Amino acid sequence: AIMFTQVYGDNGKMKEYHYTGPVEHRFSPYSFNGGTVLAVAGEDFAIVASDTRLSEGYSIHSRDSPKCYKLTNTTVIGCSGFHGDCLTLTKIIDARLKMYKHSNNKSMTSGAIAAMLSTILYGRRFFPYYVYNIIGGLDEEGKGAVYSFDPVGSYQRDTYKAGGSASAMLQPLLDNQIGFKNMEGVQHLPLNQEKAVQLVKDVFISAAERDVYTGDALRICIVTKEGIKEETVPLRKD
Amino acid sequence: MALANVLQSESVDFSNYGRKCRGFSSSLYETELGLESVGGDNLSFAVRTACSDGDGPERKIQFLHGTTTLAFKFQHGVIVAVDSRATAGAYIASQTVKKVIEINPYLLGTMAGGAADCSFWERLLARQCRVYELRNKERISVAAASKLLANMVYQYKGMGLSMGTMVCGWDKTGPGLYYVDSEGNRVCGDLFAVGSGSMYAYGIVDSGLKQKDLTVEEACDLGCRAIYQATYRDAYSGGQVNLYHVHSEGWNRVSQSDVLMLHQQYQAEKA
Repeated sequence: AIMFTQVYGDNGKMKEYHYTGPVEHRFSPYSFNGGTVLAVAGEDFAIVASDTRLSEGYSIHSRDSPKCYKLTNTTVIGCSGFHGDCLTLTKIIDARLKMYKHSNNKSMTSGAIAAMLSTILYGRRFFPYYVYNIIGGLDEEGKGAVYSFDPVGSYQRDTYKAGGSASAMLQPLLDNQIGFKNMEGVQHLPLNQEKAVQLVKDVFISAAERDVYTGDALRICIVTKEGIKEETVPLRKD
Repeated sequence: MALANVLQSESVDFSNYGRKCRGFSSSLYETELGLESVGGDNLSFAVRTACSDGDGPERKIQFLHGTTTLAFKFQHGVIVAVDSRATAGAYIASQTVKKVIEINPYLLGTMAGGAADCSFWERLLARQCRVYELRNKERISVAAASKLLANMVYQYKGMGLSMGTMVCGWDKTGPGLYYVDSEGNRVCGDLFAVGSGSMYAYGIVDSGLKQKDLTVEEACDLGCRAIYQATYRDAYSGGQVNLYHVHSEGWNRVSQSDVLMLHQQYQAEKA
């Protein structure tokens, strides 16, 4: 017997699973490779974390493809979305960092990198980089800074931000635990590094439970004035 | 059907729709003011509406910007009040967006529509205003600044930019307030509210402005109240109310109030 599966299409109408007639295929220059990125800024540290699963459609291409990229000694960027654009974008950022260093004889600060990334992304306003970026690092005063972007370059500085496929699941949890939203009568304690790292691990474990594109392993980059420390934690592989 | 005709479609269908290709850019970023969701989108202050593309004999329904921004002139200058919510489809991407852009110490620009479009072009405007100052050894007028912005975006008319902004300032001729958008509109006026919550804001400001000669404090309260009421009724506005006052010496930031706090405050006042 043949199993006939009906699936609901994007428009809410039922879509037939089996081929029913001529279908027009268009070449799409984009594909969605999944992945979740998270950044948290503390008093004197910043954490950028991402899962390491690279997927496409129903398949997993790799279980070890982290989405955090080190830019300078004080800045890490997390990029999720279309992997091709992530790679090209990070190459372009690296090149621009080098150019700045040669012209100005100093490394770019986190704020400057953020402003530069905004214009790089807007330069492709009519054929965008399909990348959700989050920059985490230390600002000029040594305090933690997080900058979150949209694909065409709109950005702002935050204390914490989740981006990528499980962002809608993680962000509310962070709003509650770090932003103390919707809690009455609690002390607004500043986040210390150990608690922040533990929170990031817990939050990704939750995301891996419910988001198909998130899992395999978690890569955490902790940025302090001593440098960048990396930690890898396993996640669900299913 | 009347509605279908106005919306230029056979049947009104609320699915994700693709803008006819300009290159490959269709399925990703926000269109004029609607949004497609492909697992998350560009940050936008725009609300998705169902409408197909294409020109037609009838005018299309005007799209909405998911935000509330307002500005009005009064005796002591210009009050500018904005909310701080940014949405990507139905997901609230941020509740702490700065929708007032400080172009220079005496000029402000507000943001509605595409977040990146607004911030990029207004930043470019800031640069142009500075160049004007250096060339002409005097401050640029609000009329000229708004004209620069309008002309910059007019070149991209029809390409999908989405920007509805108010340029507010004080120059030689007194307080200045212009509305400029990506369609090419540039209008001078005493009161503007832009965004999906604009109707609610107009209601409050229009009734409050009836009594002439507001003091600075009364005007600030009015602006704050108007945005609060708009966030109360409009799902796409919320977060905080950012309030600025532009006077002869320049602008200053009056307050930033969380809408939740304002709600409790107004409830207490009612009692």
